[in-house]
Amino acid sequence: MTDSANGVPLLEVRHVSKYFGSVIALKDISMQVRAGEVTCVLGDNGAGKSSLIKILSGVHPHDEGEFLIEGKPVNFGGPREARAAGISVVFQDLATVPLMSIWRNFFLGSEPTIGFGPASMLDTRFAKRVMREEMHKMGIDVRDPNQTVGTLSGGERQAVAIARAVYFGAKVLILDEPTSALGVRQSGIVLKYVIQARERGLGVIFITHNPHHAYPVGDRFVLLNRGRLMGSYAKNETSLAALTQMMAGGEELERLSRELEKMATDPETAQLAHEMADEVKRPEHPDR
Amino acid sequence: MSVASTKPVPSPAPRQAGAGDERLATVSIVVRLLQRPELGALIGAVAVYLLFATVDVTPGHKFTSIAGMQNSTDAASTYGIMAVAVALLMIGGEFDLSAGVMTGTSGLLLGMMITKYQLNVWAGILVVLVFAGLIGAINGFLVVRTKLPSFIITLATFFVLRGVNVGVTLFLTNNVRFDISDQAPGFAGAHAIFGSTFLAPYNFQDALLWWIAITVIATWVLTQTTFGNWIYAVGGDANAARAVGVPVARTKIILFMTTAMSAALVGIMVALRYKGIQAGQGVGQEFFYIIAAVVGGCLLTGGYGSAIGASIGALIIGFAQIGIIFANWDSNWYYTFLGVILFLAVGVNTLVRRRAASARR
Repeated sequence: MTDSANGVPLLEVRHVSKYFGSVIALKDISMQVRAGEVTCVLGDNGAGKSSLIKILSGVHPHDEGEFLIEGKPVNFGGPREARAAGISVVFQDLATVPLMSIWRNFFLGSEPTIGFGPASMLDTRFAKRVMREEMHKMGIDVRDPNQTVGTLSGGERQAVAIARAVYFGAKVLILDEPTSALGVRQSGIVLKYVIQARERGLGVIFITHNPHHAYPVGDRFVLLNRGRLMGSYAKNETSLAALTQMMAGGEELERLSRELEKMATDPETAQLAHEMADEVKRPEHPDR
Repeated sequence: MSVASTKPVPSPAPRQAGAGDERLATVSIVVRLLQRPELGALIGAVAVYLLFATVDVTPGHKFTSIAGMQNSTDAASTYGIMAVAVALLMIGGEFDLSAGVMTGTSGLLLGMMITKYQLNVWAGILVVLVFAGLIGAINGFLVVRTKLPSFIITLATFFVLRGVNVGVTLFLTNNVRFDISDQAPGFAGAHAIFGSTFLAPYNFQDALLWWIAITVIATWVLTQTTFGNWIYAVGGDANAARAVGVPVARTKIILFMTTAMSAALVGIMVALRYKGIQAGQGVGQEFFYIIAAVVGGCLLTGGYGSAIGASIGALIIGFAQIGIIFANWDSNWYYTFLGVILFLAVGVNTLVRRRAASARR
C-alpha cells in the first residue's frame, strides 16, 4: 500500500481489449485501482463487467493493451497466479459453504496443520483464533467459531469471504456484485465492509449495476457499456444523479428517493442515506 | 495479511458486534447438543434397545445379556464398517449403490484367487484391495467426469457387478459359491485377523474391532484433518470449494475408492469367516448402509453428518435384527421396522436441525 502513496496504482489496465472469436467482449478499457480507494465498475448486464473480472483475476488473458500490477506489466497464466500477485475475487454466490462452521470456511483450501505426513491434522485452535481476530477487524465479534456460516446473514457471509481474502494476502479485492442478491439493510452492511477494506489499505474493485450502492463508497467510477468504456470519473467529478442518469437515463430518480427512505429507517445505513440524500439535492452538471 | 495489522476498528463496528453477542448469548448447552448430527441416532439407539429389552421372550433375557450384545454387534459390525464409509461419501455429496454387491465381488475374487490360482491368502487380499480401489476410482471418475448423479452411475456398476458375480462364479465352479480351504497358504494368519473372534467365552467377532477402529479413524479424518474439511466442503457446495482451491474431483474419487475398499474389507471378512462365499452375497445391503448413515444424521444432499452417527445407525440395525428374533416375532417385520425407523429418524433429524438452526438467528 505504500507504493501507491507515491502515485503508482496497485493495479492498472491501459487500453485493454478482449475478443471471443468475432465477438468484442471488451474494447479499449483503461482503469486504475489505488490502495485505500474503492474503484466502482458500473454497467448493466452484458456491459463486459464479468469479462473484465476474468481478465483481472487471471481467468482469461487480455488480447490487447497493458495490464500492470504496481507499475509492472503482467500476463497471468491462471487464477492461481493472480491470487499469488495479491488479486482476490469474492463472488456473490460461491463465497462460502453454508453448512460448515465459520472457521472451517475461513481456512477452506488453505488449512493450517500441525504434525507431519499422515499424522498431520488441522490446527483448530490457531484457525479459530485467527478467524476471530480477522472477523473482529471487520467489526464482527464471533462468540462461537463453530457457528455455521448458513446461520449468518447475507452481509456477514460476504464479510467472512472478504476477511478471508484479506488475511490470505489480498492487495486488490474484487467484489463481484456483492449486494445484488441482498436486501437494503444487508446491502448497507456489505457497503460498510467495503469501506472497512478500503480503510485497511486495500484497493477495492466494486462491481455492480447499482449506482446507489456504488456512489456512497466509491472513490472512482468506471462505467462500461456494451464492452466499451462509457466514462471514468473521480468522485468529485460526478454525482449519484449523474451516474444514475448515465446508467438508466434519469427516470430512476424517483425510485432512488423511495429507496433512501427505506434505508433511513435503519440507523446503520442512516449515514449512507444521508450522504446519498445530500448528493441528490445538490444541483448537478453531468459530464455528458 | 501485512495490510491487516495497523488500522484500528472503525467506529460503527462495536455496535454491530454488540448485536451479534446478544444473539449468540442465547445458545444453550441443549441447543448445542441438538446440533450434533449423531444425537438423534443416539436417542434412537437407546429407544430401540429398551424396546427389544422389553419384548424379549427368551429365557434369562438374552437380548440384554453379554451374549445378546455379541449377537447384536456381530450383525451390526459389517453394516457399521460400510455405513461409516458410505457416510463419508454421503457427506461428500455422493451415493454408492454398488457398495453392497461390491462386498460380494471382493469375497468372490478372493475365493477365486485362492482356489483357482492357488495364491497365498495375503496376496489374494492385496489383489482384492487393489481391484476394489480400481472399481471405486472408476465410479468416482465417471461421476466427476460425466457430472451425472452418482445414483445412476453406481446403479449401473451395481448391476454390472451383480451379473459378473454370478456369471463368473458359475462359469468357474459350476456352482454359485466359492469355497476357501483352510489349508490354503496364509489362511490361518489372515483368518485370525479378519474372520476370528476374541473375548473367549463370548466370542465377539473381529469385525467389531475393525468397525470401532474404522469409526475412530473416520471421525479423526472428518473432524481433525484437511481432507475432512474438504469432504464437508465438496458435499456442502462444490462450486464454492472449487473457487477456494479445493481439489473437488480428487476428493470425490478418493471417497468412492474408500467406499469400495471398505466393501472389499467386509467381503474379505465374510469369505474368511465362513470359508467361502455365495455369489449373491451383499446384494441389497447397500440400502442398509444408507439407512444407517441417514439415521446417523447424514444429510442426503451432502455436507453434513458424522461417522459416529452412522455407526450408531448400524447398531440400531443390529439391535433390530437380533431383537426381533429374541422377541419371537416373524423376522419379515424386520424390514418394516427398519422402514419405520428410517422415517422417524429423518423426521426427527430434520426437525431437530431446523429448530437448532433457527435458535441461532
